[in-house]
Amino acid sequence: MPVIKFIEFDGTEHEVDADPGMTIMEVAMKYDVPGIDADCGGGAVCGTCHCFVEESAGPLPDVDPQEESMLGLRPDRGGNSRLSCQIHVSDSIGDMTVKLPEFQM
Amino acid sequence: MAIAASDNLMGEDVAVARLADLDVSDPRRFEHDTWQPLFARLREESPVHYQADSPAGPFWSVTRFNDIVDVEKNTEVFSSEPTIAIIDPPPERRSQMFIAMDQPQHDVQRRAVQPVVAPKNLEEFEALIRKRSGEALDALPEGKTFDWVALVSRNLTTQMLATLFDFPWEMRHKLSEWSDAVTSDERMTAGKGLTMEERLEVIMEILEVFTRLWHERVGDGVESFDLIRLLQRDPNTANMVDDPTNYIGNLMLLIVGGNDTTRNSMSGGVHFLHDNPDQFERVKNDRSLIPSMVSEIIRYQTPLSHMRRTVTRDFEFRGQKMKAGDKVILWYCSANRDESAIPCADQFLIDRESVRNHASFGFGIHRCMGNRLAEMQLRVVWEEALKRFSDIKLMSPPTRICHNFVRGYSSMPVQVTRYQ
Repeated sequence: MPVIKFIEFDGTEHEVDADPGMTIMEVAMKYDVPGIDADCGGGAVCGTCHCFVEESAGPLPDVDPQEESMLGLRPDRGGNSRLSCQIHVSDSIGDMTVKLPEFQM
Repeated sequence: MAIAASDNLMGEDVAVARLADLDVSDPRRFEHDTWQPLFARLREESPVHYQADSPAGPFWSVTRFNDIVDVEKNTEVFSSEPTIAIIDPPPERRSQMFIAMDQPQHDVQRRAVQPVVAPKNLEEFEALIRKRSGEALDALPEGKTFDWVALVSRNLTTQMLATLFDFPWEMRHKLSEWSDAVTSDERMTAGKGLTMEERLEVIMEILEVFTRLWHERVGDGVESFDLIRLLQRDPNTANMVDDPTNYIGNLMLLIVGGNDTTRNSMSGGVHFLHDNPDQFERVKNDRSLIPSMVSEIIRYQTPLSHMRRTVTRDFEFRGQKMKAGDKVILWYCSANRDESAIPCADQFLIDRESVRNHASFGFGIHRCMGNRLAEMQLRVVWEEALKRFSDIKLMSPPTRICHNFVRGYSSMPVQVTRYQ
């Protein structure tokens, strides 16, 4: 089972075993990792599950135009910004390190 | 005892009438709070529904939650230009606001003003909002019926809007008057609103006052996060005052967006808690439920009933053939009662699962920019109110405004009982 290490903005770390098939957002919600709001429940239409994927063992899926349009409104967007609802945990991506932003908006 | 919604005063039987004979946009249905059965029928029988004629001309109604999400994602086919209102202003009267722009221009202008609701600013606002809420609630009469809309909702949201603009304090009442006036088009209010000429007069007054404020502030070096200085500071919008249709457009957007919506949710909450005394008891006994209750109030109120999109090219959506130029109305109020997306959607449940997943803020790039500020204002008011009052009683049914866009109250007669 892939391991995701979540790092909150204040540096607090949470390492969890992630079920393949769930999104990073769903994993964070399941294990009560604070810092992700996920207002829209996973549709890439609210932008409140923003995260920074610092490391992944395998390649990530591409950012599609919908995800891009929501990320584009983030004032703190970085090169590794993603919506955590758009990445499904899988054996091919494997372990990940995910940093959480200072705020969701 | 719950105060029942007014009877249908419009002399129509929605349950048996032909859908083609009903005007989905009739504002009186919102005034009398009798809109739900028609929208339930539309969701069931005609979820993407064409209406050939109305005071605003022909339009499509989209009434299911997931269909609205899909329309809002497809910004290439469903444009926010030239306007997000059901009525079309004549081209020479068209003001430009970022809510009615597509990408990339939308993003540029929204980014300029977005810092006003950035979390750092919100933290500073919270203490101010708490102080003002406490003062307003402490000043309420006891043992006497008063209007919650005037003394609480309108009072507090007007103060907030004045802060967002760093607006001259003594004339802040102008902001809520303007907010009411610019949305009060007679074609959206069954003739009860203002004529186009009357609205234009108000719009010119807003422009005059804000143009003066702009020039007073240019280069004054004040480190303020008010909306005017934010526009001035961003190179993309630093000269917006020179383009009056763009300046007035965004001013109207920020005045209405920052005022009406939160005001009406602040009033609606009193009504919903009165009608659901079990929910009121629960939150009185457990104030940690307030944040979740706030989301539920915003869903249940749906302070803006809809947004409009315009079809950019012939397109088939859910089996319906839409033509380029067609108006599409996304009924958020209906999405928020869609049982296929929200279980027990007609019930007001303050701790429902996925309570934040409602349609009131819209979806996609136009999602409400001030949603976190709105939630915070409502949360603080309820935290302060529940500290002070053992009861907030609705004394007679509220009066709703006759409007098909703004779902608001003109009065909410209330008595409060303070803890001894």
